[in-house]
Amino acid sequence: MADQQQLETPAPADPRDKLIRQAELVISNVLRGGVLLSGAIILIGVILFYIRYFSPGGGGTNAANFPQSFVGVGQGLARGDPLAIIVLGLLVLLATPVLRVAVSIVAFGLERDWRYVVITSIVLAILMISFVLGRGGA
Amino acid sequence: MFAPPHLLFFLLVFAASMAAGLIGSLVGLGGGVFVVPLLTLAFGLPIHEAIGASIVSVIATSSGAAAAYVRDRITNLRVGMFLEIATTLGAITGAFLVVIAPTGVLFIVFGLVLIISAVPLAIKIGEELPQGVKSDRWARTLALAGSYPDHKLGREVSYEVSHVPAGFSMMYVAGLISGLLGIGSGTFKVLAMDTAMRLPMKVSTTTSNFMIGVTAAASAGIYFERGDINPLVAAPVALGVLIGATVGAKTLAKLSNSAIRKIFIPLLVLIAVEMLIRGGSAIF
Repeated sequence: MADQQQLETPAPADPRDKLIRQAELVISNVLRGGVLLSGAIILIGVILFYIRYFSPGGGGTNAANFPQSFVGVGQGLARGDPLAIIVLGLLVLLATPVLRVAVSIVAFGLERDWRYVVITSIVLAILMISFVLGRGGA
Repeated sequence: MFAPPHLLFFLLVFAASMAAGLIGSLVGLGGGVFVVPLLTLAFGLPIHEAIGASIVSVIATSSGAAAAYVRDRITNLRVGMFLEIATTLGAITGAFLVVIAPTGVLFIVFGLVLIISAVPLAIKIGEELPQGVKSDRWARTLALAGSYPDHKLGREVSYEVSHVPAGFSMMYVAGLISGLLGIGSGTFKVLAMDTAMRLPMKVSTTTSNFMIGVTAAASAGIYFERGDINPLVAAPVALGVLIGATVGAKTLAKLSNSAIRKIFIPLLVLIAVEMLIRGGSAIF
């Protein structure tokens, strides 16, 4: 029943299983990349913020004045505002689950698993709709 | 106490968030249960900034642990993706009903539901793997059954999936609750997969870990544009949780299913009590 196959690196013989394994590794790497990128951007913003905060004269840091829109983030980045850099990193982090769903559509496609290409596309569509509804509504 | 931008605030929240990310990634919850009371009760921040930070915490827990869980083939991506249809639809319904819904009453109702659902969990507390589960018609059509490498047991564990319609309905309610009450509802997701669909505990918590990130992402844009995501509050939460969740994802493989259940049950009761208190304070 429970086959004692090697647990560390399962190397399936079936080429289809190999494809599934590759797709999983792609999803895993995309996630790790997104998380590392967002963490690095947030960290840079935090370090820059506290360098200014502790520099003599305070460097005019106003912690309450942070960007709350995509336009605001863009303008803040152009000024070199550390808070805008932090928000950019947070936005990259908030986008990773959506990116993961999008990559999964491709992964299921590579596996020729059309049912799950459809199911995953429905999830992505609902995510988009909820985002649009959120911006239009309350 | 120390408010942002005080450096001590940053460091204390960072340290607490590491613990929240570690535990949350093991049991499939987003860490809101720790982050919201910490920021409001200990640091006196407004509730909307605490909830904004808790959304960041949920996504950081999910994405921070997910890379390892997908690579190690523990998450059941098909179960997660199929159930995510119900959760996101529920969340949208909840966002529409939030204007007319009696929030205080709902907190109390679902707090009580959680307390009651601790009973079946406590009964099977020592259970390592669910026994005698037969895939239903839905599970067969959607190819939901799967297997995962269990490092603790030292073998590949195959499992079946039952009561898919019940699980799907519970997921709709879980989404409804997160839309209505602004909470992550990872507990309800784990309960639906563990109690109704009878997945192994690790598969339930890691699949919930995947799902909470997607559900939270659906509403993250709203919180951002409302100005609830204060970078100096969210940054220590994000960095701490990412580190904690990465460590948690490495720890999960070494734990048994029953050990994870033993961590989950007290958290479930804690979340239920927190919901009852929030409900009570909204009504009285």
